[in-house]
Amino acid sequence: MTMSDSQEPEDVSRDLPDAEPEGVIVDGEESHERWLDEQAGPLVRPYVMTRGRTEPVRGTFDLITMVVATGLPAAPELGLDPEHQAVVRLCEEPMSVAEIAGHLNLPTVTVRVLLGDLLAKGLITVEDPQTEAELADDDDLYLAVIDGLKAL
Amino acid sequence: MDSRRFDRRGRRLPKATKIVVAGGFGVGKTTLVGTVSETKPLRTEELLTDKSVGVDDVEGVEAKSTTTVAMDFGRITIKDEFVLYLFGTPGQERFWFMWDEITLGALGAVVLADTRRLADCFPAVDYFERRGTPFIVAVNCFEGARRFQLDEVEMALNLGEQVPIVLCDARDKESCKDVLVTLVRHAMKTRREKRPVEV
Ligand SMILES: Nc1nc2c(ncn2[C@@H]2O[C@H](COP(=O)(O)OP(=O)(O)OP(=O)(O)O)[C@@H](O)[C@H]2O)c(=O)[nH]1
Ligand SMILES: [Mg+2]
Repeated sequence: MTMSDSQEPEDVSRDLPDAEPEGVIVDGEESHERWLDEQAGPLVRPYVMTRGRTEPVRGTFDLITMVVATGLPAAPELGLDPEHQAVVRLCEEPMSVAEIAGHLNLPTVTVRVLLGDLLAKGLITVEDPQTEAELADDDDLYLAVIDGLKAL
Repeated sequence: MDSRRFDRRGRRLPKATKIVVAGGFGVGKTTLVGTVSETKPLRTEELLTDKSVGVDDVEGVEAKSTTTVAMDFGRITIKDEFVLYLFGTPGQERFWFMWDEITLGALGAVVLADTRRLADCFPAVDYFERRGTPFIVAVNCFEGARRFQLDEVEMALNLGEQVPIVLCDARDKESCKDVLVTLVRHAMKTRREKRPVEV
């Protein structure tokens, strides 16, 4: 699934008068405009989508932190953007932060901000990976991985 | 483990773990990841402005730093409780911050090498040695890599004796499985040896 499957993103740029980049405005095939910086590709939209935020309001999200939707309804009064809703739909099944980014075609920095919002609103549950210290102390994990690989 | 989260259907939320696949340009990283993954490898494009410039407000949209860096990764569901991710490092080695993020918390790393361009894997070997990440070297069998060349590779890389070197074909599933099993065994052994002795 990609962003183009979801409904038209709300134009949040009106809150950000200075956000207009010195780039070319290209009419995307997917019917919404994409700003492209000449050298950069689609650099701008992710920042606009998170209203310029680069840090999540809650949680630290590793690339392989697992995320699943809690099933709480995404009520309109929660003020979710279409991107938030896309993340919630994707996380019907447990999925890592990196996978969410890959499926939605967004940089992980953007996905982390969206996930922080969802965590604060109780819409997702997360499971963090082991720390390096925990790894050093857990033979069971290694043995399970070896068995799993052999069974492939 | 007891603190493991459950989803609303009462299923456990799996814990994820990862392995890094590194090596020079075009050495077969993405091929290896794809060969053993249950789905087509995914890719994310990261914006360099995020971390390299420390942008923290909307002024970021005007930043002139314009490069993106891509990483590929695949997924293997080990059991309901475990998911293993394989991360290919970005081809451009200068983006070390991405290597740090990919490598932090990894079980270990596979350094892919091509005997025709052996020096290409030196930066990866240096990186994991310096960081203390358990790694093995897998010589990808492009035309003409032969068993006896493993000795030459070992000499050229000047690896510690305990670092395994294996031959592989990144397009072959059994071969990739062997490489990964060799790595995880090696990583387990290495971590055990580093563990402080209990008194
Ligand atoms: N003969 C042979 N060819 C291979 C093998 N592994 C990969 N290739 C080919 O080598 C080329 C490069 O492989 P990739 O998997 O894209 O390499 P990569 O390391 O991901 O490349 P970058 O991400 O660009 O650094 C492709 O055309 C593969 O089909 C192998 O084991 N044997
Ligand atoms: Mg690649």
